[in-house]
Amino acid sequence: MSARITCIALVLVLGGALLLALGNLATAEQSALHASPYVISLAGKYLCYAILALAVDLVWGFAGILSLGHAAFFALGGYAMGMYLMREIGARGVYGNPVLPDFMVFLNWKTLPWYWHGFNIPGFALLMVVLVPGVLALVFGYLAFRSRVTGVYLSIITQALTYALLLAFFRNDMGFGGNNGMTDFKDMFGLPLQLDRTRDVLMLASAVALSLCLLLARFVVHSRFGKVLIAVRDSESRTRFLGYRPENYKLVVFVLSAVMAGIGGALYVPQVGIINPSEFAPANSIEAVIWVAVGGRGTLVGAVLGAVLVNLGKTYFTGALPELWLFALGALFVLVTLFLPRGIMGLLPVRAEMPLPRAPAPAQAAASEAGPEGVAGADFGR
Amino acid sequence: MSALARSLLLLVVIALVAIAPTRSRAQTDPLSSLASTNYDEIRRGVEALAVSGDPRSASIIAALQDGRLFVRPDKALFIKGDSGFVAADTGVSASDVTADALRPVRVNNAVRRAIDSALGSLRLFSPEPATRSIAAEAVFKARDASAVPALDRALAQEKDPAVARVMRQARAAAVLTTLDAREADRIAAIRILRERGDIDARSMLASLSGQPPAVATAAASAIAAIDRNLRLWEFAQDAYYGLSLGSVLLLAAIGLAITFGVMGVINMAHGELVMLGAYTTYVVQETIRGHWPGLFGASLFIAVPLAFLVAGLAGMAIERGLIRFLYGRPLETLLATFGLSLLLQQAVRSIFGASNRQVGTPDWMSGAMQLGGLTLTYNRLTIIVFALVVLFALMAALRYTPLGLRMRAVTQNRRMAAAMGIRTPWIDALTFGLGSGVAGMAGVALSQIDNVSPNLGQGYIIDSFMVVVFGGVGNLWGTALGALTLGVTNKFLEPIAGAVLGKIVVLCLLILFIQRRPRGMFPLKGRAVEA
Repeated sequence: MSARITCIALVLVLGGALLLALGNLATAEQSALHASPYVISLAGKYLCYAILALAVDLVWGFAGILSLGHAAFFALGGYAMGMYLMREIGARGVYGNPVLPDFMVFLNWKTLPWYWHGFNIPGFALLMVVLVPGVLALVFGYLAFRSRVTGVYLSIITQALTYALLLAFFRNDMGFGGNNGMTDFKDMFGLPLQLDRTRDVLMLASAVALSLCLLLARFVVHSRFGKVLIAVRDSESRTRFLGYRPENYKLVVFVLSAVMAGIGGALYVPQVGIINPSEFAPANSIEAVIWVAVGGRGTLVGAVLGAVLVNLGKTYFTGALPELWLFALGALFVLVTLFLPRGIMGLLPVRAEMPLPRAPAPAQAAASEAGPEGVAGADFGR
Repeated sequence: MSALARSLLLLVVIALVAIAPTRSRAQTDPLSSLASTNYDEIRRGVEALAVSGDPRSASIIAALQDGRLFVRPDKALFIKGDSGFVAADTGVSASDVTADALRPVRVNNAVRRAIDSALGSLRLFSPEPATRSIAAEAVFKARDASAVPALDRALAQEKDPAVARVMRQARAAAVLTTLDAREADRIAAIRILRERGDIDARSMLASLSGQPPAVATAAASAIAAIDRNLRLWEFAQDAYYGLSLGSVLLLAAIGLAITFGVMGVINMAHGELVMLGAYTTYVVQETIRGHWPGLFGASLFIAVPLAFLVAGLAGMAIERGLIRFLYGRPLETLLATFGLSLLLQQAVRSIFGASNRQVGTPDWMSGAMQLGGLTLTYNRLTIIVFALVVLFALMAALRYTPLGLRMRAVTQNRRMAAAMGIRTPWIDALTFGLGSGVAGMAGVALSQIDNVSPNLGQGYIIDSFMVVVFGGVGNLWGTALGALTLGVTNKFLEPIAGAVLGKIVVLCLLILFIQRRPRGMFPLKGRAVEA
């Protein structure tokens, strides 16, 4: 059953992307079927967000790791791509320096910082898109999971991680463009970014990447590895007592998820044309979590659906009723967690990819038996 | 006065002597010197007058400075006042004198300098201790060697020890610039400057050059001592800033220590409860401004209980309306309360507007006090005190009130407490309301040092969670110590690494710390921990 859902999702993503690209290239501007460049880049943006949502669902839905810092991996992938695109500008920048990006000339820097070397080579940049988020996730995850930081503690330190990166990237002397980030990209792999055809290719590439990520994630969660992962999610200590090492399983899936998020960010940057530190804002990471919650946690396809739907709503609201967007988003958080714990996918008459443990019904939770989880034995002011 | 200027002056004097050999140089009466047409003579007259101790000298020199001093051909001096001329030596009104018969006493730059320094010296004898102190400080800054005799006489009759100290310092500075001062005097002067120990004394000592070896050694060791002293004050100042930041963090986190630390509820809307407190202060102040302007000084005292009520009621509403349905599902609680924080922010933005609101500071909280090399601003000082008062009040409330007893009972053993007849859902709501109310009071304090905007709470939420996790969940002492440690560490890192980098370093240290001690500095012991 769930295989069919995945197939439908793949067909929708790839088919929709192809139709949009055709609509952009093959129809006249007056045609009702014509897709404007705005629509194309919007669709590309949603697809990248969907990759991020998929990454969040992989760790949250299947390993129980609620990461509130996944946008950091997304942004790091984006920065790696942004650095390539900056180098690609070459001497066409405002200051016309063949090696240094404009903002470095502006800051009066004379030489390229060491970590900028190699980004003129597309292959190296693509490697970094995968490596930088992956290595960060590896180090961070290794430290966190080894010392058994779990639950909300982990959520809070992931949030601190992205907050620290936010502050760091705001600094001019970090060499990543500071507050303004990087923008004014000219072309990518030799294709001018302003061309419709390039936009279509990027959007299609995002759709393909999303499909591949979806297939990979599905493969992972259905494998033996995935079964252990779900056991870790549902009862970490029991899994440990059975002889597994939960920290290793969590680490692998965390790194995989971070790499996915990085790829999403790398595809995102050329389509929106800018990358700046605000991508690291903790609120972005939490928003990604709500996409997953709306679509349905632990369903993979639901994450994609949630990302697209919430962002459609965001585009509509911020355009038509900007005052109301935060109200709508806030209400979405509250209502989904209260009344739709399985998200939209929970409404469909199909079995979830890997069902979550039964959440206590509100009526039960309100009974005197289940109070706040509390810290039993807490004694104030001792 | 530099050596060059001195030698130039000497040349001028020699030239003048050569030109006018008939003029006597040894004038005994300063007033007759002033009547002279020779600038050098006038200058010496001013200097003599300054040290003469004549009560009229101040007004005569001031008149000379303003060009109101006139001389009659018979060398009698007159001061032009608002109502005609008065005799300079007696102060008696001279109505028979007319302007035609007089010529003004002229001055050149050398005379003007002498006038300035003479007026400075004369202020040393002012009846006001504050004026004397300022005058001595001015001499200190000017390093005026010619002021030494005046300082000596002023010191002899000075009663106020504080003023006398400044005078001795000024004299020391003057002695050091005197060319022919004895070595022992110089060393004594250096010792006085060393005792003064501030940046001015240091730069004065550092500017000494061409001194005999003994003096140079004394100066070098004095500079080293002053540097040590300055570093000590700087350290103390950093510690004060750190305490101040720590108390702000403590205020923001202490409510969270109840809701998160004790109840285990992740309330991402905690920052927004702080914001509600800040906006309550704004509304209170606006009401006071509109109706009872005289009460403005008390506005904060009115705002604190009101903010407690507003935020506390909001907190109870949140607990009853939202959080109680999500007990046992901490991650969902986190998401729902984050949504709530967005709702509250947007609501406040819709009502009050997105821009910052002006919250005033009462007079008693503005200004600063000087403690040695420390500058303690009153608003920061008040916040430190307020944070401690809130901390201890909260501890006392939990320990000694019936409500606190019930709260502890419920968090320690919910089912047993329920069996004893405690209505646990009601206690949950009250506990959450208490934590939220404390957040509201924090908002009153933060309104004094931060921008009151809808985003006020956001900036504190991550820091607050860090403090609670760092201090150890369920432990108010840990929260207090955690907040102060974080604040002080942050401020000590700032001068080394810069503000932003310092914060990043602290965050990274915290992330590492949580790896080492996942349950904070003061973890709870016992089986309950692993639950």
